[in-house]
Amino acid sequence: MAEIINSVLNWLASWVGLTVASDSLLGFVLAAFVHVGLIINIVAVGALVFIWLERKISGRIQDRLGPTRVGGKFGWLQTLADGLKLITKEDLMPDGADKLLFKVAPYVSFCAAIAAYLAIPFAGGEYPFVAQHVNSGIFFVLAVLGLEVFGTILAGYSSASKWSLFGAMREAAQVVSYEVPLGMCAVVPVLLVGSLDLVYIGNMQEGLFTNWLVFNDPFTFITFFVYCTCATASVNRAPFDLAEAESELVAGFHTEYSGLRWSFFFMAEYGSMFSVSLLASILFLGGWNGPFPVTEWLGLTGEPSTISGVIDSIMQFFGLTAGGTSVAWYLGSLLGAANLIGKATLGVCIMMWIRWTLPRLRIDQVMTTCLKYCTPIAAAMFLGAVIWQYNFPHKNLFGLQDRPEATYAVSEGWQRAGDKVASEGGTDGTEQELEEEVSEETVSLPSEKTVAMSNSVGGGN
Amino acid sequence: MESIYWPSFFFLLFAALACGFAVAVLLATNIVRMAFYLVLSLASTSGLFFLAGADFVGAMQLMIYVGGTLVLLIFGVMLTSQERFVEMKTMAGDWVLGFIAGSALLATLAWVAFSVPEWRGIDRAAAEELEVEATVAPLAMGLLGARTDGGSEQGYLLFFEVVSVHLLVVLVGAAYLARAKMKRGTAEERTTQVEPGAALPN
Repeated sequence: MAEIINSVLNWLASWVGLTVASDSLLGFVLAAFVHVGLIINIVAVGALVFIWLERKISGRIQDRLGPTRVGGKFGWLQTLADGLKLITKEDLMPDGADKLLFKVAPYVSFCAAIAAYLAIPFAGGEYPFVAQHVNSGIFFVLAVLGLEVFGTILAGYSSASKWSLFGAMREAAQVVSYEVPLGMCAVVPVLLVGSLDLVYIGNMQEGLFTNWLVFNDPFTFITFFVYCTCATASVNRAPFDLAEAESELVAGFHTEYSGLRWSFFFMAEYGSMFSVSLLASILFLGGWNGPFPVTEWLGLTGEPSTISGVIDSIMQFFGLTAGGTSVAWYLGSLLGAANLIGKATLGVCIMMWIRWTLPRLRIDQVMTTCLKYCTPIAAAMFLGAVIWQYNFPHKNLFGLQDRPEATYAVSEGWQRAGDKVASEGGTDGTEQELEEEVSEETVSLPSEKTVAMSNSVGGGN
Repeated sequence: MESIYWPSFFFLLFAALACGFAVAVLLATNIVRMAFYLVLSLASTSGLFFLAGADFVGAMQLMIYVGGTLVLLIFGVMLTSQERFVEMKTMAGDWVLGFIAGSALLATLAWVAFSVPEWRGIDRAAAEELEVEATVAPLAMGLLGARTDGGSEQGYLLFFEVVSVHLLVVLVGAAYLARAKMKRGTAEERTTQVEPGAALPN
């Protein structure tokens, strides 16, 4: 048996080596297809599951019947029935519509929702599960998520219907204004970690759940909830779904759409719901690290350990010497990906819970929430996080931080800038007093660091 | 197939997309379609930035030009364009002027580009050894007023930041002063209450 498997694997390896690896074009195209297929399936299968989930959750919460007439256990055939219905519907277009833009608009929304997944990592470590490791990943994701509104505007404009235009303008106003507090909330973890790299941000939260950035200080704890509010609004979910309020408008920007084009908008909505939840999990909830470092305990981190040794010997027993540590690392990364997807799915479920619980806000209330509450709170939390990081760079809500690879880039950057200033000129009396006050508060900091920091404050301006 | 150099392939692809949609902006007559082609052209330009390893500038291009400015542009177009402004025809004189200005710019840029010896061809060995460095950290230090490239001791980016925040405050203040004043109290009070010193309307 082992010999058969081995020979098949050998044959496969030689085939891959001879045909794929020696032909860069074929290898390139294959790799691209695998990546694109995975990303599209995250959005498409995600929408498939979430639509069913939404029906079940709304059925429970509002005492509706939910999927009862379709077959399957728990009505899981519902989404398939929905899909069949949408595919077979007639593809309508208004007479006065701008035909090209009307057809293109759903794809613009859908492409923007998919493109965000290019830079979202699903597992970290040395070789992260990410389609394209972008150096400033979070910035890229936020930028691409903002593009979705463009498809909405095009749809609303090209439909030649005033209801669509109203819906599109409402949605555009809402999404564009909620990007401001959303970005400010996303900056807080970036500030604490000192990198825009999503893989790096996730890896920094290794260990117990106390290392998650949401528990870093009181300010990040509040920021997390502000982020959730803004994320809900920026993906147009209730209670901020005024753009498609059927009680006031007919159905918002997609009034004139039917069938498959309509469902592209909804796949985009579910896709971006999932991506903002993924982002929340990576930024605040530890990413692919579980609440307890199970992967480390099992020894699946890529370093040689008992478990990876066991896996190695099992592989050798079957004659599959693929390298045990790499298999163990792969299992650990799969566990991490399952962790992240579980957290993000929980986030989507909470969004659905909110949708079926809270009433819809009026447009002025939506704007008030953004401009008068979320933005100032986010700004204040940003300042608070700066002050916390400045005074207690090694402490979180539960006491001392236990981050194995913590570099505290921000504090170190300040220190470096301070050293530069300190080398140019000495300190005067007031700064000495300030230094004494600060060093009383910060136990964990060496006093040289506080000197450097107070100098940077005094000399930087 | 060995000889395909993928960075140049994608450079040519994105460059062709950017230029093609730029030409489409010129040739389109419907103003909303012009904006749509402009978006695609600018998005292709951001692809060029990503290809060159400037991922921060690329994301910036997406966020500011594609996400922000063009949404505003389309908003402006949608709200202001009446029937006779939706379709735009370019006059023959404008075509000539635009052609002269555009070809002068193109000639200058091409002359500059070909005069740089490193840009004349691809040195593949050098290109493969080239490592893309992180661009964000030096930018962040620059925003804090320190330069890391060793050119000079002090950076001046922080002051521009302070000035821009100052401008924002000025704008908010101007908007506050210029808005329509809402008087408090009931309608009756508003009609009877007259500010001391102000002339009576009748």
